[in-house]
Amino acid sequence: MSDLSINFCGVKFRNPLVLASGILGVTASSLKNVIRNGAGGVTTKSIWLNPHKGHPNPTMFGTEHYFINAVGLPDAGIEKAIDEIKPLIESSEDPIIVSIAGGNKQDFVDIAEKIHVVNPQILELNISCPNVEDQFGRPFACVTVDAGELVKRVKEVSKNVPLVVKLSPNVNNIAEIALECEKQGADGINMGNTFGPGLVIDIDIRKPVLHNKVGGVSGPGLKPLYVKKVWDVYSAVKIPIIGTGGILTGEDAIEMMMAGASLVGVGTAVYYRDIDVFSKMVKEISDWCERSGVENLEEIVGAAH
Amino acid sequence: MKSIDKPKVLQIKDIRNENEFIKTFVFEYPLNSKPGQFVMLWLPEMDEKPFSTSYDDGKEFWITVFKVGKFTEKLFDLKVGDQVGIRGPYGNGFKLKVNQHLVMVGGGCGSAPLFSTLREAKEKNCKVDFVLGARTSDLLLFQKRIKDFDNIDLHVCTDDGSEGEKGFTTDVLKRILDEKIVDMILSCGPEVMMKKVSEIAFEKSVKAQLSLERYMKCGFGICGNCTLDPTGLRVCKDGPIFDNEILKNVADFGAYHRDSEGKKEWFGACKVR
Ligand SMILES: Cc1cc2nc3c(=O)[nH]c(=O)nc-3n(C[C@H](O)[C@H](O)[C@H](O)COP(=O)(O)OP(=O)(O)OC[C@H]3O[C@@H](n4cnc5c(N)ncnc54)[C@H](O)[C@@H]3O)c2cc1C
Ligand SMILES: Cc1cc2nc3c(=O)[nH]c(=O)nc-3n(C[C@H](O)[C@H](O)[C@H](O)COP(=O)(O)O)c2cc1C
Ligand code: FES
Repeated sequence: MSDLSINFCGVKFRNPLVLASGILGVTASSLKNVIRNGAGGVTTKSIWLNPHKGHPNPTMFGTEHYFINAVGLPDAGIEKAIDEIKPLIESSEDPIIVSIAGGNKQDFVDIAEKIHVVNPQILELNISCPNVEDQFGRPFACVTVDAGELVKRVKEVSKNVPLVVKLSPNVNNIAEIALECEKQGADGINMGNTFGPGLVIDIDIRKPVLHNKVGGVSGPGLKPLYVKKVWDVYSAVKIPIIGTGGILTGEDAIEMMMAGASLVGVGTAVYYRDIDVFSKMVKEISDWCERSGVENLEEIVGAAH
Repeated sequence: MKSIDKPKVLQIKDIRNENEFIKTFVFEYPLNSKPGQFVMLWLPEMDEKPFSTSYDDGKEFWITVFKVGKFTEKLFDLKVGDQVGIRGPYGNGFKLKVNQHLVMVGGGCGSAPLFSTLREAKEKNCKVDFVLGARTSDLLLFQKRIKDFDNIDLHVCTDDGSEGEKGFTTDVLKRILDEKIVDMILSCGPEVMMKKVSEIAFEKSVKAQLSLERYMKCGFGICGNCTLDPTGLRVCKDGPIFDNEILKNVADFGAYHRDSEGKKEWFGACKVR
């Protein structure tokens, strides 16, 4: 049996597959269920300081080729998070990544400070959601100085909790942005959030399908674009990467790791292959390792460079 | 059969007024839903919400809607020929075996998905006791249509005694279980009622399948809004029909559900329809 475990920012993951934020992350029970289904770690949905309403439905749908969503980051706020997530972190043998969100920079600093009570193992800054642009303008992750300043200010309050910053693929200077985040103290990069926003129109009704009109696009067809972003980030920085986007199979995950990811985020795959996608992928990774004589999965990180 | 996951626009072929608060909408489309499954119904620029199919013969399907709030009110304003979007069918559906003696317990709008199982029950040569309950006689749903099936004993009860027996569906259920040998209970209705059905089923050692409702967004098992504690089971995908044995380990059954932001709302603190 090959060793599939990964050390990420000093935290040990049983395998490299991490549930991406916003998928099956509403309750602690649901996150636990994902771990039972084979994930090496899970990410909570993005937590706000105060309750935040999402968009009305339709908030998401999928086709064979793509998945689009504009959930709008609904959340019941920090009180509920403490209720749900704190006991989860205390009782879980597998790492829980806590994702946080805010409307402006001060929101991020405030939630980062308050979320300490749950003792997060890893904190993830979601500064890249394309679905709240109307509310808050262009995501911070798309502007180098904004991303850097946020990392710096959050790092001041998050102290020694490893800080991962989740970046947007919707830029053409990803290396520069990632490098700035590293310089300002980020401990890891999640590359990345959804593409877009995109738009789907129903031709019978003659209206956009999503209530928010536009939404972030994910799904298998985008994998090459995500792999390239991870490749570029790996070339630019030394801090470890969670490669997220378009990953459906164990082979996809290995490809992402060869591009430079230490961990692999898995979200939309739950739609295409259901909740046990994690155990299926672990098996696929494990089989590949056997076939290829890889004893220690960590050795393939960045192998294609 | 694969479900439709991008809303498909359909015309309303017919609308039937069941009573002041309940309407049935008919669509001509081979949805091929199983009894107990549901669709997500989209009203453009408004919202999209879950409704069980109350009939499906492979050519047309119905949904039967209780007017309870903004969305269902808007739906009630629609006319024959108007367009809505449909995704689905979703969920697992009721499981029936041949030659069983079934008791169906429906409260309020809950008789809709139970009604849809009657065709299959007939095909499978099942004997059915149907307990149909409502607050008052005007709200009894599908009474005549249920009566039209043979092999069915219909037991009507109302809270106020305006029709049938005065009392609750659960009292009638208890009596049936005392008098007859029953293989399976199927139930759909207000959760506090189903909680009682569940307890009675355990007490009398009869198997039961119950249909749960939780706030749904995706309907296909990825958003996590409809999950149950502490198992994390998804009502939209692993349900909405659950075996009583499974519900024994569900903390929120009969206790609380969650709103669209995932916050707990306790039953009893809100109005029960
Ligand atoms: C699997 C399933 C099957 C259902 N089948 C039927 C049916 O056959 N007939 C019928 O009349 N109703 C059915 N419902 C309930 C129906 O979805 C709600 O009555 C409807 O969404 C209410 O919307 P509203 O705006 O009119 O009322 P609101 O005032 O918004 O809400 C009234 C109640 O409906 C619930 N509700 C609101 N939105 C949702 C949502 N997105 N998902 C789940 N519950 C919601 C609320 O929690 C509240 O308890 C079903 C629900 C589920 C989960
Ligand atoms: C329904 C849905 C909800 C999402 N919600 C969040 C969220 O709350 N926070 C976040 O950082 N990313 C969110 N994302 C983005 C995913 O975490 C992930 O970065 C993206 O979908 C690409 O990965 P995938 O192809 O594996 O889904 C969401 C994605 C989807 C499909
Ligand atoms: S409604 Fe999204 S998981 Fe059930």
